[in-house]
Amino acid sequence: MPDSCVDKQREYLLSKLYPELHKAIPAKAILTSIEELRVYECDAFTTMRQLPLLTVLPDSIDQVIHVMRCCYDLDIPVVARGAGTGLTAGSMPVENGVLLGMSKFTRIHDIDLHNRTALIEPGVRNKAVSDAVAPYNLYFAPDPSSQLACSVGGNVAENAGGVHCLKYGLTVHNILELDIVTAEGERVTIGAAALDAAGYDLMAILTGSEGLLGIVVAIRVKLLPKPASARVLLAAFSSIEDAGNAIAEIIGNGIIPAGLEMIDQTGICAIEELMHAGYPTEAAAVIICELDGSIEEVEEELGRVISILEQLNGFDIQVSDNEAESQRIWAARKAAFPALARLAPDNYIMDGTIPRRALAQVWKTINALAAEYDLLVVNVFHAGDGNMHPSILFDASCEDQHRRAEELGTRILELCVQVGGTISGEHGIGLEKINQMCLQFNDAELRQFHALKKAFDEKSLLNPGKQIPTLARCAEFNHMHVHRGEMPFPDLERF
Amino acid sequence: MSVSMEHLQLSLVEKVENAFQNQTPLAIKAGGSKRFYGRAVEGESLSLSSYRGIINYEPSELVITARAGTPLLEIEKVLAEQGQMLAFEPPSFSPDATLGGTIACGLSGPRRPYSGAVRDYVLGATIINGRGELLKFGGQVMKNVAGYDVSRLMTGAQGTLGVLLDISLMVVPKPAYEETLSLTADHAHMQQLLSELGRQPMPVSATALIDNQLHIRLSGAASGVLAAKQRIGGESLTDADLFWHQLNEHRHPFFTCSDPLWRVSLPPAAPAIPSHLLTNVLVEWGGAARWGFSVSSGKELREWVMEQGGHVTCFRNPNDISEVFNPLTPALFKLSQRLKHSFDPHQILNPGRLYDGI
Ligand SMILES: Cc1cc2nc3c(=O)[nH]c(=O)nc-3n(C[C@H](O)[C@H](O)[C@H](O)COP(=O)(O)OP(=O)(O)OC[C@H]3O[C@@H](n4cnc5c(N)ncnc54)[C@H](O)[C@@H]3O)c2cc1C
Repeated sequence: MPDSCVDKQREYLLSKLYPELHKAIPAKAILTSIEELRVYECDAFTTMRQLPLLTVLPDSIDQVIHVMRCCYDLDIPVVARGAGTGLTAGSMPVENGVLLGMSKFTRIHDIDLHNRTALIEPGVRNKAVSDAVAPYNLYFAPDPSSQLACSVGGNVAENAGGVHCLKYGLTVHNILELDIVTAEGERVTIGAAALDAAGYDLMAILTGSEGLLGIVVAIRVKLLPKPASARVLLAAFSSIEDAGNAIAEIIGNGIIPAGLEMIDQTGICAIEELMHAGYPTEAAAVIICELDGSIEEVEEELGRVISILEQLNGFDIQVSDNEAESQRIWAARKAAFPALARLAPDNYIMDGTIPRRALAQVWKTINALAAEYDLLVVNVFHAGDGNMHPSILFDASCEDQHRRAEELGTRILELCVQVGGTISGEHGIGLEKINQMCLQFNDAELRQFHALKKAFDEKSLLNPGKQIPTLARCAEFNHMHVHRGEMPFPDLERF
Repeated sequence: MSVSMEHLQLSLVEKVENAFQNQTPLAIKAGGSKRFYGRAVEGESLSLSSYRGIINYEPSELVITARAGTPLLEIEKVLAEQGQMLAFEPPSFSPDATLGGTIACGLSGPRRPYSGAVRDYVLGATIINGRGELLKFGGQVMKNVAGYDVSRLMTGAQGTLGVLLDISLMVVPKPAYEETLSLTADHAHMQQLLSELGRQPMPVSATALIDNQLHIRLSGAASGVLAAKQRIGGESLTDADLFWHQLNEHRHPFFTCSDPLWRVSLPPAAPAIPSHLLTNVLVEWGGAARWGFSVSSGKELREWVMEQGGHVTCFRNPNDISEVFNPLTPALFKLSQRLKHSFDPHQILNPGRLYDGI
C-alpha cells in the first residue's frame, strides 16, 4: 500500500477505536503519537520493528477487559507486552494492531507464607518477587539472566528458564494459578492455589503461549526456601570432549547440580577481558557447577564432583568459599552478553536444545559450519539441560554478513532438531524463529496448533502471525531452505 | 522401531481414522488398573496393551522414552537398576498398570509436593488425535518451548484429547538415603510444624497424618537427612518403604472401607475439613491432599472446598460414577469444550470420561 493509504487506514481505525477505549481508560494511558509509539516498536530483538496503531497502558483488570472487548468488536489485533526483553520479536506490535502494555501491573497482592505462594500482577519484575520474599528466607526459582528487567507475565508467556532450571524447573514448574482475559474479554481463572485443579491442565498450554491464547492478568507463583548452602565450582578442560564427558558423568552419578554451565574458549577470553574474573584463558572450555542444599549435603557432593572432574582431566579447579567468590564466578558468566558485544556490533543468539550426549558432536559441527560461513560463533550455554546458546557474531550493516548469519542460524537449529532436540529451549519463537518451526513440525502438527489457538481465540486477534507459522509459509520456507549449503539453481540471482 | 510395533502403530492410527470417519466412540484401554477412576465410557474398545516396550533410556540423559502399553512395573525396575526413579512416585493400583494410563490419569504419589507432579516430568509425547492423525509434540530434552506444550496437556486428560503412543519422561536419581520419622500430632500441630519446615531447606519428601500420627519422610544425602532428623525429632519408623508403598497404593488399612472414597485437593494450609463434611480424614502432601470416606452426595463438601480454593474428586465409588470430578466454572467449561473439539471434533476419544460432553 502507498504511504498515504496506510495513513488513511490508520486514521480510520483510530477514529473507530479511540473513542471506545476512552470510555473506560483515561487519555494519558492511550498513546497515539509516533514519537511515543517508537518506544514500543520492538523488543530486545531490535532488527525487527513495527509501529502499533496505538499503545494502551491499562492499570486494572477491568480496563484490560474493556480493551479486549473493544478490539474484539472492531476486529483489531492485540499484542501484549511485558518489559520488552524478549529475544524473538514476540511483543513486537503487528501492523494496525493495539499494543497492550502491562507495565502498570506491578503490585504484589499477597505473600502467603504458610502456603509458600505469592499472588502478583504480571508486570512485576522477576527479581522483585525474590526481593520481596527474601526477608522470609524464600525466593522465586526461575532466574533468567534478564531477571532485573523482565516481567513475570513475560516469563509465563515464554516459559522462561534460567541457570538454575535443571534442578528447580522452568516457569511452568513454578506457578500454580493464572487469571487470564480471553480475546473475547472474558476473565477466566486457571490452575488453583491447591497443587492441582479439576479438568484439563490449561496451565501447561498457557505457559509458553507467547500471548497468543490469553492476556495474563494475575499469577500465583510458588516460593521455595533458600538453600542453606551454595558452592560454585569452576573447572577448565583442554578439549570439548572432556568437558562434555564431565557433564554427563556428574549427572550419571546421581548428582543434580543447581546450575551447570559451559563456556568455550572465545567466550572465556571475551568474558575475561571484560570482567577479570580469573577464568583460565588457555582452556578449550570451562564448566561452572553450582551445588546447593543443606551444608552437609553440599560438602558431600562437592567432594564427589571434584573427584569426577579430576578423573576426566579437569584442571585449575576453583571452589568458592564464600558468597563473594560465588558472585564473582556467576557475575562473569552473566556478563557474557556485554562481553560478546565488544567483539562484534551484532549478536544473533540461538537457543536450540539438544540431548546432552550430542554435545561435543554438535559443538564441533557448529564450529565447522561457522568456518564454512566465515563467521565467529561463541558458545556460552546451559550445558546441564542441553540448552545451547551459540552466539553468531556479525555486522548487520554488512548485508552479506547479515544474510550469512541468518542462514548459519537456520543450519544450527536444523542440526539441533536432527540430533533429537528442539529449536528453542527458553527464548520462544515469536516472529524471529517462525520459519524454523517448519523444521520441527509437520503440517498435521501445525494444523493442530492452529486449531488449539482457535479454541481460545476464534478470530485470531491475539498476537497474530507469531509463534505458529501458516502452512503456506512453511511450504515456501521449505522450498527456499537450502540443504547442506547446496543452492538450488546456483546460477540464478538471489533476491 | 521394531517391525511389529511399527505395524501396530499403523493399525492403531487406522482404527482411530476409521472411527473418525464413522463417528464411532472409542474407549481407550490398556492395563485396566484405573477402570474404577473417572466416568464410565461407552465405546468400541481400543486396546494399547500390546503397544509396549522401552524405546530409549540413557541414564546420563535423565530421560526415558517408552510406549504407552509398557507396564509401569517394568519401567520402575529398569530405572531402579540404574539407581533412578520416577520423581512423582505414581500409584499403580495393580501390577497391570501401564505408562500410558499413568500419564493419562495424571496421578502422583507421596513425593508430589516436594518433587513435582506427573505433568512436571513429561517432556514429549506421540499421540493420535481424534482425526486419526499421528502427531509428535515436545521431545526428549528438558527445555522446549517450540509451540504449545501439548504433551504436558495430555497429562490428566484421560485420553479425551488424544491416544497416547510414545511418552518421554524426565527421571531423577534415587535419593542416597531415606528415613521416616513418626510423631504424635493433630491437624493444627501438623500444619504449624510443616509450615515452619517448609520455609527452611529441609529434605522432606513425603508427609502423612493418620489417626494423630504424623509421618515425615526425609530423603537425600545421608548427612543432610540425619541433620534434619535431629532437628525434627520423633521416632524412626521401621518398614517405612512398605508404609509409603501401601499408602500410595491404597492398601493401607485406612482404605479398607467400601463407602465412596473422596479425594480433596486444597491449598496445604487450608483449615481442617469440618467433621460434619468428612470424618476420619487422612492428610497427605503437607495438607494439600486429603482422603475420606462418605456416603453423602458430596455437594456440601464441594461447596466448602471450593471456597478454600480447592476441588473434590469422587475417587472411587462402587455405586455411582456419574459425577466424579469437580464441576468447572461456566467460562472454564466452555473453554475446555472448545479445546476438546480442537483435538477431537467428533468426540470419539473416551467421550464423557471427564464431564458430560468432554
Ligand atoms: C540480556 C538478556 C538475557 C536473557 N536471558 C534469558 C534467560 O536466561 N532465560 C530466558 O528464558 N530468557 C532470557 N531472556 C529473554 C527474555 O528476558 C524472556 O523471554 C522474558 O521472559 C521476557 O519477559 P518480558 O517481560 O520482557 O516480555 P516481553 O518481551 O514484553 O514479551 C514476551 C512475550 O510475552 C508476551 N506477554 C508479555 N506479557 C504478557 C501478558 N501479561 N499476558 C500475555 N502475554 C504476555 C508478549 O506478547 C510476547 O509474546 C533474556 C533476554 C535478554 C535481553
